[in-house]
Amino acid sequence: MSDHCGPPSAGGVALVGARRIALVGSPNSGKTTLFNALTGLRAKTGNYPGVTVTRYEGIAEVGAGGQVVLEDLPGTYSLVAISPDEQIVASVLDPADEGTATPEGLLVTLDATTMRRSLRLVAQVLRRGLPVCVVLTFTDELTRRQGRVDVAALRRALGVPVVAVVGGRRQQLADLRDLMADPSSWSRPVVPPPAEPEEVGAWIESVLGAAGYSAPQIDERTRRLDAVLLHPVWGTLVFFATMFAFFQIIFAVAAPAQAGIESVFAWLGDQARTRVGIDWLAAFIADGLIGGVGGVVVFLPQIALLFVLISLLEGIGYLARAAFLMDRVMARAGLEGRAFVALLSSFACAIPGIMATRTLPSTRDRIATMLGAPLMTCSARLPVYVLLIGLLVSPDTRVGPFGVQGLVMFALYLVGAISAMLTAWLFSRIGRSTGPALPFYMEMPPYRLPSLRSVALAVWDACRGFLSKVTRIILGTTIVLWLLLNLPAPSDDELRAAGVDPADTTAVATYTIDHSLAADIGHAVEPVFEPLGFDWRINVGVLASLSAREVFVATMGQVAAAQNPDDPADALATMRVQEGPRQGELLFTPPVLAALLVFFLYALQCMSTIAVLRRESGSWRWPVIAFGYLFALAWVMAALTRVVVAAVT
Amino acid sequence: MSVMSVVSMRRRALAAQTAPTAPTAPTAPAAVLTGTGLSLADLTRGDAGVVAGIEAADPAAAHRLLDLGFVPGTPVEVVRRAPLRDPVVYRVAGYEIALRRAQAACIRISPLT
Repeated sequence: MSDHCGPPSAGGVALVGARRIALVGSPNSGKTTLFNALTGLRAKTGNYPGVTVTRYEGIAEVGAGGQVVLEDLPGTYSLVAISPDEQIVASVLDPADEGTATPEGLLVTLDATTMRRSLRLVAQVLRRGLPVCVVLTFTDELTRRQGRVDVAALRRALGVPVVAVVGGRRQQLADLRDLMADPSSWSRPVVPPPAEPEEVGAWIESVLGAAGYSAPQIDERTRRLDAVLLHPVWGTLVFFATMFAFFQIIFAVAAPAQAGIESVFAWLGDQARTRVGIDWLAAFIADGLIGGVGGVVVFLPQIALLFVLISLLEGIGYLARAAFLMDRVMARAGLEGRAFVALLSSFACAIPGIMATRTLPSTRDRIATMLGAPLMTCSARLPVYVLLIGLLVSPDTRVGPFGVQGLVMFALYLVGAISAMLTAWLFSRIGRSTGPALPFYMEMPPYRLPSLRSVALAVWDACRGFLSKVTRIILGTTIVLWLLLNLPAPSDDELRAAGVDPADTTAVATYTIDHSLAADIGHAVEPVFEPLGFDWRINVGVLASLSAREVFVATMGQVAAAQNPDDPADALATMRVQEGPRQGELLFTPPVLAALLVFFLYALQCMSTIAVLRRESGSWRWPVIAFGYLFALAWVMAALTRVVVAAVT
Repeated sequence: MSVMSVVSMRRRALAAQTAPTAPTAPTAPAAVLTGTGLSLADLTRGDAGVVAGIEAADPAAAHRLLDLGFVPGTPVEVVRRAPLRDPVVYRVAGYEIALRRAQAACIRISPLT
């Protein structure tokens, strides 16, 4: 579940003429941890099979002051590829493949606790004839579980360099860096391993025998934890309790930090208003820039917290268990457990979720999962949900020990997940009959304590991605919106004619927005959104949020700040409908708020997701279908919600 | 090794489920498996056996099961079932892996010796 929100940069690392070394290994073999330790570059690590689905490159310092480009290849159990990401590994390692640059050397991670299985991959890699260096990982765990292996003897048995590296320890890394300086000097096996699977078994036994390998005992800690966490009753209860606690924590813990950020931006806005002499410029900086961006940045603590929790669950190894528990449910939707991983990734952002579908072997499953992914509640919806839920229920409302705000949020996540499954089911039915059923398997890694470093890297990556999205897409859209909301500027005569005192800045701001270009656009689309109870101001917010969902919050922030710069939250709560049959009533009534929440739950309002859908599915067909389907669904469900909520309240 | 379609494998597995099942003794460390034609999907929790071969319609799928460690002659043990009985976690080649019934049915099993 890597990556921040936003399209990944396509470019590699610019280091012309440098040596290239690629990192190969099975999932869970500590490959990405090693990559992070060697390059110091961000790339996510986790305990979940199939975490690395994109290609990562970084520059590693090697012995004698040199540098090499290190590529982190997707984790794979075999070079006989059955999925798109395994195909990447197979083509990179194939010198005859013109499309990919063949590396000068390969680092192969070998999990010391699963050597009997993992050596099969090593055998296949050795047969490719490239220089190979084996990096033995988890030797500490092997010792703890009373297994043993002689590294020097393993080196002799394999005929290639073998280095033991535990969790990126410096001294062990230094040895590896020295080796990496010159792959052509690495020793090569005299006779390559056999090709036939049955003979490979005999080869593995001879290597293990020569290396004095004794397999580790069953991990008692994992056994005991699994007895509870995978128990038919307790395991299911723990699963739902975990998901539930997840959302309570995101709400409760982030609140103080949010209040802090809010007051900083309020202070900045005041400074701009008092210090900048030119009125329109002061308004632009205070309401447009600081108000708009601040309205979105406020959600940074919640996004950071979301990623702390997700990467903890992933690093511990719980996500694999969750996928195991949910596999039968996924099978009902016509999908497999790995699709659950992709959908779960989409809780952070649909983009890594869509990219994670590369681990799925079948095209039908990939398309179905891709179309379901945007329905999972991504972190971009979080600011919108928090804002609207804040208007809908007071933070003090409780049911027993639980805050109702957290309950509503949990319900939204649940409905999103169910809708994603139903969508995937629908599209997998439509696409039935393409290709044979490919095997499903999922490794259950032992429970491990994730390193603080890998959690921190994941959170840092997410926050950085969020802030860069704020500056790229959200800031731009916010500026355009500010212009649309404030042009044309009314003359004093026009104001007086309308009965507005030109000296009353708040009244002038309100009048300007009500007669702005944005208002014209908002009015123009009213026939579409009228049945949902949206007025032109909400329409502008919804249209603007087509670029990125968070822009809705920024837009509402601008509109509210114009009405009441000192307390925009109160301005929103007391905003009234300006015309039509509901004139004078509160705008944000419970039915309208519920309809808005449901609209955001379904609609595909994210340029980045559409771009990635286009890239991953290879044509415009699926993004167009997804956008149309989800917009229609959003409209219908929001209209229904409004009617139902109006009937019960 | 005969090659049969995955669909007929599934049907066989279902038939095996409704027929009198292989003897299982929960108190014994590993039930003694008698008879031939057993697949991994026929084993229940606590059972163990030895991989006898792989029968899958798709050669890529068969190859992948081998690469995951289900090599003829390797001991396998059923660790636990998911709440809805599928998938099942197996212990093979020193690690634990979950397979769905359809995959487990491709793996022929002979009794422990």
